[in-house]
Amino acid sequence: MLLNQFLILSAVLFCIGVYGVLARRNAVLVLMSIEMLLNAVNINLVAFSTRWGVSGQVFALFIIAVAAAEVGVGLAIVLLIYRNRTSIDLDELDEMKG
Amino acid sequence: MTVLSVLAQLSGPPFESLPIDWHALAPEVVLLSVAVLITLVDSIGLERARPLMPGLAGLGLLGALIPVITLAVEGSDRVLFGGAYVVDDLSLLLKAVFLLSGYVIVLLSTNYIAEGDYWEGEYYNLLLFSLLGMVVMASARDLITIFVALELLSIPAYMLAAWRKGDRRSNEAGMKYLLMGVFASAVMLYGMSLVYGVTGTTLLEPIGLIFAEVGTASVITLGVIFVIIGFSFKVSAVPFHTWAPDTYEGAPTPVAAFLAVASKIAGFVALISLIYFGFLGQSDLIEPLLFILATLSMFVGNLIALRQTNIIRMLAYSGVAQAGFMLAPFAVAASDPETSLKAVVTYLVIYAAMNLGAFAVVIALARKTRSGEISSFGGAFQYAPALTVAMSVFLFSLAGIPPLGGWFAKFSVFAAVVNAGTTAGYVMAVIVAVNSVIALYYYAQVAKTMWMDPVPDGDMTPVGVPPSLGWAIVLTAALTLLFGVLPGLLGDVTDSFDLGHLELLAFPG
Repeated sequence: MLLNQFLILSAVLFCIGVYGVLARRNAVLVLMSIEMLLNAVNINLVAFSTRWGVSGQVFALFIIAVAAAEVGVGLAIVLLIYRNRTSIDLDELDEMKG
Repeated sequence: MTVLSVLAQLSGPPFESLPIDWHALAPEVVLLSVAVLITLVDSIGLERARPLMPGLAGLGLLGALIPVITLAVEGSDRVLFGGAYVVDDLSLLLKAVFLLSGYVIVLLSTNYIAEGDYWEGEYYNLLLFSLLGMVVMASARDLITIFVALELLSIPAYMLAAWRKGDRRSNEAGMKYLLMGVFASAVMLYGMSLVYGVTGTTLLEPIGLIFAEVGTASVITLGVIFVIIGFSFKVSAVPFHTWAPDTYEGAPTPVAAFLAVASKIAGFVALISLIYFGFLGQSDLIEPLLFILATLSMFVGNLIALRQTNIIRMLAYSGVAQAGFMLAPFAVAASDPETSLKAVVTYLVIYAAMNLGAFAVVIALARKTRSGEISSFGGAFQYAPALTVAMSVFLFSLAGIPPLGGWFAKFSVFAAVVNAGTTAGYVMAVIVAVNSVIALYYYAQVAKTMWMDPVPDGDMTPVGVPPSLGWAIVLTAALTLLFGVLPGLLGDVTDSFDLGHLELLAFPG
C-alpha cells in the first residue's frame, strides 16, 4: 500500500535530520536539520490521516505554525551569539563546564 | 444570487461555534489578559511604567488563582472540547502550584530585573505566557493540546534563558536550551505521530483504551519510547540532562529558578497525563523504561552534585536527582496506579516550595557575595543568620529530614514503590533510600559552609534583603514547614482525585 512508502520517506528524513543535529557544528544548519525532523513528522501525520481522517492534518498545521515560531526564536539567538562572538560554531560554546 | 450566498450553499450547513465553558477557562483567560495588558502598559508608559510591571504580573497571577479556587470549591469535573481539555481536582491543584510558583518567581525577579539593565515589560510578559502554557498543560488530555502547551511554555523560556543579551554565557545558555528543547520536541512529535497512526485519534482517553486492549506492537513501543524521551529532556532526566547545569548557570538566577521548578513540574505534568491517561496499558514497556530513567537520574545527579563548587550547578544536579525521585513512582505506575500518581503529585507540590526557597536564598546572598561559588557563602551565619536558617530549612527539606516538607515527599514515594509489591518496586525502594543518604552529604556540606566556615573576605556588613525577596523566602519556608508538620493537608487534596479510570486502563478485561 502507498502508506508504507510515505512512512519510509518520513523515517529516512528523520534519520537525516538526527544526523544533521548531531554532526553539524554550524548553528543555522542544526536549525535546518531540526526543521527536517519536524517535516518528517508532518509527512507521517498527513500519511496517517488518509486512513484516519482530518485530525492528523490539523496536528500537522499546528506543527507548521509552531515550528515557524521556534525557528524565529532560534535564529534570533543565533544572531545574538554572532554579535557577541562573530562566530556561530556550536563547538565554541564551551564557557561553562563541570 | 450574490457571491456570498453561493458560497454559503456550497459550504454546507452554517458554522456554529462550540459552546464554551468560560468559568472553566477563566484562569487561562485572566493570565492571557494580564500578559497582554503588561505589553500595552509597557508600550504606552515606557520608562514611567517600568516600576509597575512586577506588581501587575504578581497581581495577575494571584488574580488567576481566584477562578481556580472557585472551581475547586464548586467541585464538579468539567470536560471541554470533546475531552481534549479537562478541569478536575488534579488539574486544579497543579494549576494552583504553577500560579503560586509563578508568583514567587515574580517576587524573586522584582529587584534582580529592575537593578540589572534589563527589559522589564517583555520579561514579565514572557514569564506570564510561559506560565499560561503550564496552566494549559495541567488540563490537556489530548496530544495536540499537550504539544501546543509544551511549546507555549518552552518558547518564552528559551528567550528568558538568553535574557542578558550582551553576556556570552547567557547567550550560550539560551542556545543550548533551545537546541536541546526543540530537538526533544521533534523526537516527541515523531512518537506522537506514530501513536496517532496506530490509534487514529489524538485524544488520550481512547488511546488509553486501545493501548490497554491491543497489547504490545513494535510501532507502539517506538512511539511511546519517543514520546517519553521527549519529555525526559524537559524534566532533565539522565541521560537527557546535559543542558540543565549550563543553562541554569548562564541564565539570570530567577530564570534558573523558573526552569528548575515550574518548567520541570510542567514536564512531569505532561508525563502524568500521558502515562496515567494514555499509556498505562503498555505496562511491560513503561515500567522498565521509567525504572531505568529514574535510577540513572538519581545516581548520576547525586554523584555529580557531590563535586560541584558552584551553588547553581549543585542545585541543577540536585534537581536532576530530584527528578529521579519523582520518576521513581512511575516505575510502578501500572502495578499500583492510584498510590503512585498521588506520590508523584505530592512530591511535585513540595518540591516547588523547597526548591524555590533554596533559589531565593541564593539570590539574596549573591546580592552581597556577587558570586555563585559555595565557598563565598562561608560564615553567612555571622552576618545573615535568618537567611542561613532559612537555607538550612530548604537544604534539609531537599534531603528529606523530618519534620520538613521534603520528608513527607520522600516518604510518599517510598510508600508508593513498596506498596506496589513488585520486585522492581522493592529494588526501587532500596535505590531511593541509598540516594537519599548520598544527597544528604552535599546538602549538609553547603549548610556546614554557611554555619561553620570563616567569612572568606572578612566583610561582615549585613545583606540587604528587599521586601519582595524576603516575602518570597518567608512564604516558601512557611509552606515547606507546613507540608512537613501537617502532611494530612496535602493528603486530603490528593485523596479527592477522581481516578476511577485508572483500574480500567491498567487492568483491562
